[in-house]
Amino acid sequence: MIIEYRGVKEINGSLIAIDGVKNASFEETVTIQLDNGTSRDGRIVQLQGDRAVIQVFEGTNGISLANTRTRLQGRPVEMPLSPELLGRIFDGAGRPADGLGELFPETRRDINGFPINPVSRVYPRNFIETGISSIDCLMTLIRGQKLPIFSGSGMKHNELAAQIVRQAKISDENGGDFAIVFAAMGVTNDVADYFRRSFEESGVLSRVAMFLNLSNDPIIERILTPRCALTAAEYLAFDRGMHILVIMTDMTSYAEALREFSSSKGEIPGRKGYPGYLYSDLASLYERAGMIKSSKGSVTQIPILTMPNDDITHPVPDLTGYITEGQIVLDRSLDASGIYPPVSALPSLSRLMKDGIGEGFTRADHAAVSNQLFACYARVQDARSLASVIGEEELSPNDKKLLQFGQMFDQQYINQGFHENRSIEQTLDLGWKLLSTLPREELDRVDDKMLAEHYHPEDAALPVVSAGL
Amino acid sequence: MHTNSSARQPGAKENRIYGINGPVITLLGDTGFSMMEMVLVGNDKLVGEVIGINDKETTIQVYENTTGLRTGEPVVGSGGPLCATLGPGILDNIFDGIERPLKAIEEQSGDFIRRGVNVSSLDEEREWDVRITVQPGDRLEPGAVYAACQETPIIEHRCMVPPTLSGVVDEVKPDGKYTVRDTVVTLRDDKGTVHSLSLCQQWPIRTPRPVGERLYANTPLITGQRVIDSLFPIAKGGTAAIPGGFGTGKTMTQHQLAKWCDADIIIYIGCGERGNEMSQVLEEFTGLIDPKSGRPMTDRTALIANTSNMPVAAREASIYTGITLAEYYRDMGYHVAIMADSTSRWAEALREISGRLEEMPAEEGFPAYLPSRLSAFYERAGMVRSLGGAQGSVTIIGAVSPQGNDFSEPVTQNTKRFTRCFWALDKSLAYARHYPAINWNASYSEYLSDLAAWYEENVGGDFIACRSQIAQILQEENKLMEIVKLIGADVLPDDQKLTIEIARVIRVGFLQQNAYHQDDTYVPMEKQLKMMRIILHLYKSSQALVARAIPLSGLTATGLFDEVSRIKYDVPNDRLDLLDAYFTKIDDAMRKLNA
Repeated sequence: MIIEYRGVKEINGSLIAIDGVKNASFEETVTIQLDNGTSRDGRIVQLQGDRAVIQVFEGTNGISLANTRTRLQGRPVEMPLSPELLGRIFDGAGRPADGLGELFPETRRDINGFPINPVSRVYPRNFIETGISSIDCLMTLIRGQKLPIFSGSGMKHNELAAQIVRQAKISDENGGDFAIVFAAMGVTNDVADYFRRSFEESGVLSRVAMFLNLSNDPIIERILTPRCALTAAEYLAFDRGMHILVIMTDMTSYAEALREFSSSKGEIPGRKGYPGYLYSDLASLYERAGMIKSSKGSVTQIPILTMPNDDITHPVPDLTGYITEGQIVLDRSLDASGIYPPVSALPSLSRLMKDGIGEGFTRADHAAVSNQLFACYARVQDARSLASVIGEEELSPNDKKLLQFGQMFDQQYINQGFHENRSIEQTLDLGWKLLSTLPREELDRVDDKMLAEHYHPEDAALPVVSAGL
Repeated sequence: MHTNSSARQPGAKENRIYGINGPVITLLGDTGFSMMEMVLVGNDKLVGEVIGINDKETTIQVYENTTGLRTGEPVVGSGGPLCATLGPGILDNIFDGIERPLKAIEEQSGDFIRRGVNVSSLDEEREWDVRITVQPGDRLEPGAVYAACQETPIIEHRCMVPPTLSGVVDEVKPDGKYTVRDTVVTLRDDKGTVHSLSLCQQWPIRTPRPVGERLYANTPLITGQRVIDSLFPIAKGGTAAIPGGFGTGKTMTQHQLAKWCDADIIIYIGCGERGNEMSQVLEEFTGLIDPKSGRPMTDRTALIANTSNMPVAAREASIYTGITLAEYYRDMGYHVAIMADSTSRWAEALREISGRLEEMPAEEGFPAYLPSRLSAFYERAGMVRSLGGAQGSVTIIGAVSPQGNDFSEPVTQNTKRFTRCFWALDKSLAYARHYPAINWNASYSEYLSDLAAWYEENVGGDFIACRSQIAQILQEENKLMEIVKLIGADVLPDDQKLTIEIARVIRVGFLQQNAYHQDDTYVPMEKQLKMMRIILHLYKSSQALVARAIPLSGLTATGLFDEVSRIKYDVPNDRLDLLDAYFTKIDDAMRKLNA
């Protein structure tokens, strides 16, 4: 027997409250039928006796105290799943939005998922070659990792993500299946379209499932978008054994939607008005990356977030950095000087690379060259700030060499064409060529054997005389 | 987690769920529950704990995901607080925040943790080879050992009379194989009541286990990490905080300490951290051989993993579960070290639950009781004589993840008040890949004077003197660098340049330590001291030359500075005799320059 509840007791932002509800369960989905014939979806976010507080995904515009009939669905929000997901476009709440009709589901899953048991995880250690020197050498992406891009408005994070999608060798040696799940949260139509075109250009469109909640779509649906996308990703990876790359953009818009929802619920705010549970909430998304023992598939995440005012200590990048396994930080001054991708090496990091590089994965000298590049580039910063005080002319010869190294590092190593795909060998060799421009005693992170093999000052990289200047 | 055996009397009032808000549920009216009582919530019997009572309603926090829970479902009390089950089988195991073994959960619910999984904390089937150590007629006081078994090849598990019980042994079973629930000894107390003692006991996780007396903590916890052992040491039974923004190497430092410190037992609490990190710990510790015992690390380790996506209330409990396990082994006479990674996540769990209870927030949304909870946790550390008379210790090393890398935030500041070691991790050191990124200017250890006598007696009479000189040089360099930043190093006189040069040797050759290098990952105290001596010898002999106006450039050209910086790689830990050659090498080179 299905009971319909007529009218609502209270409307507040995207929340409605209904009294007299019987036998409702927490986080159950409801359908709200309006008198004008349209219907909306929602879910129960709080129960107090027979009063249910319901979050309406499409917003409460047009709802009055009397014009609704609400029906409980008896299940939490679920995502229909089947291999046919690929090549399809869904809206932010996981409903088909490409006019190709409903999905014929093989199974349905709660979009909240369940936490992976830590003992069931497989520790990730398979290198994904992206063909981008800065990432491959300095913050290596590993299959099953979550590695966000910290960017700012107007920087080239979308291009970088598109290049990763195009070049990354996601599938394994045995040619295992791969697919891409793309979740857009609060991005503009143009950005979504850019990704769609770039998937098409790189010929992977039929292997992409897109979940689009654009900036003019209902904000509350945005809270569901990454969950639907990750449920699809987990299904494809762990049930179907595929290697899945999940691109989620923009996590800052997601967090803002969460903040809006939290404040309309009247919750006590934490930092910058974000709810106190922002960490746990973000973790419930990011932690859905990984590999498990019983399946050969994997979920690798590249979330993209824009740092408001380029501030890395803002709660969203800050909490993200504490959950994810590293970060790729983009830098505005590099971007302004025309360097693409504008990856700021020093604050960037990959926590999983240490076990996924070296002999048997990439090359034996990988760890040494990346450590040394980091250490030297850190010294470049000191030399630069000194030069800005006393002038370049007054620097010691070593500091001058460092400055030159820094410039070459930016222009030849970090800088790379949008269509340039460098193999890991090329990347590492180029690293040694740059290091060879420095005096030997500056290289204190590399042992002698490694130096003898790779340190060749006669073969060092040459500074580029830029024709344009 | 074991439901206390004294179940609620039949006929007790039936309680039903009234409100649900995330992990917090409310019941109406007088429920008859007591504060902090453990309850089973709903048809799935989710574990929960009573956190608020008034005459109108009772508030309960639930340790599992509440999706799908309905109003009107029953809530059943257990009659007692949330308890940890203590007995053999804790070591070489991995638990969630409320002591449920994750491997058993995996068997029941697969790769994902579903709701309402019901498993017992310890393996109840497994039989232990038990040796009974008492006779009928013996009088046993609280904490007395009545049975022992080999829990792992290196740790003997001693079953102790619970702290609340004493009496005369009535009956004993013969030595043999028993499971944790088998009665092995019965004890008649002074009132004549007979108590059965099995291999395990219950203890409420939020109550510290009582001790005989607290002792002076004057033995260091040797970690093999130079910057810690030599510059900022921690005592066995001490407390330390490792604050650092993301990417500064908190977890890495914790892993290194867990692997190499000379505690008998390690309790590693992954509190609200990454799942992949826990699987790495599991994998690494299983493969790693403890140099002292020649056995895998896991033989002396218990892991508690409540990753960031597991229920938040269980995250709050995980810290207490961990420390209760540690205290239990301490009472047997072991030195236990707890790694809590990270206490900030625990504080955030407190904040999250406090927010759901609509409590008035203090700083940054954290509840006003944050400092008192933190101090109560850190105060459970200490070197003690247990009730049974054994000497043991609990050392707490807590990682702190400051929001926005800002050390003035409430969790860091309050932790600083209650810990005596502060190992501040530094972003700029981490950026330069200087690990461990412990900033020597911002860190401190209050234990230094307590431990001085031990170092002088066991490592070398000049240890403290060497250590102070090294610290002084670093201090000096810090001041000089201020000048260098403004005008460059070239204008400094040679003696100051020498200070900078030798400080570089200290930083690169001593403080920086490579966790992936087979010799450098753990450095014995003897090598640490000799390295300091060599560096200071180089400094002093160079100083003498510089004073005689011999240019510094000539000194650096000898390559001695680089060579001393590489001692950590060039001298294997089992060939410390090679170190003595460096003194003569330095002297020879200096004599040549002097000529």
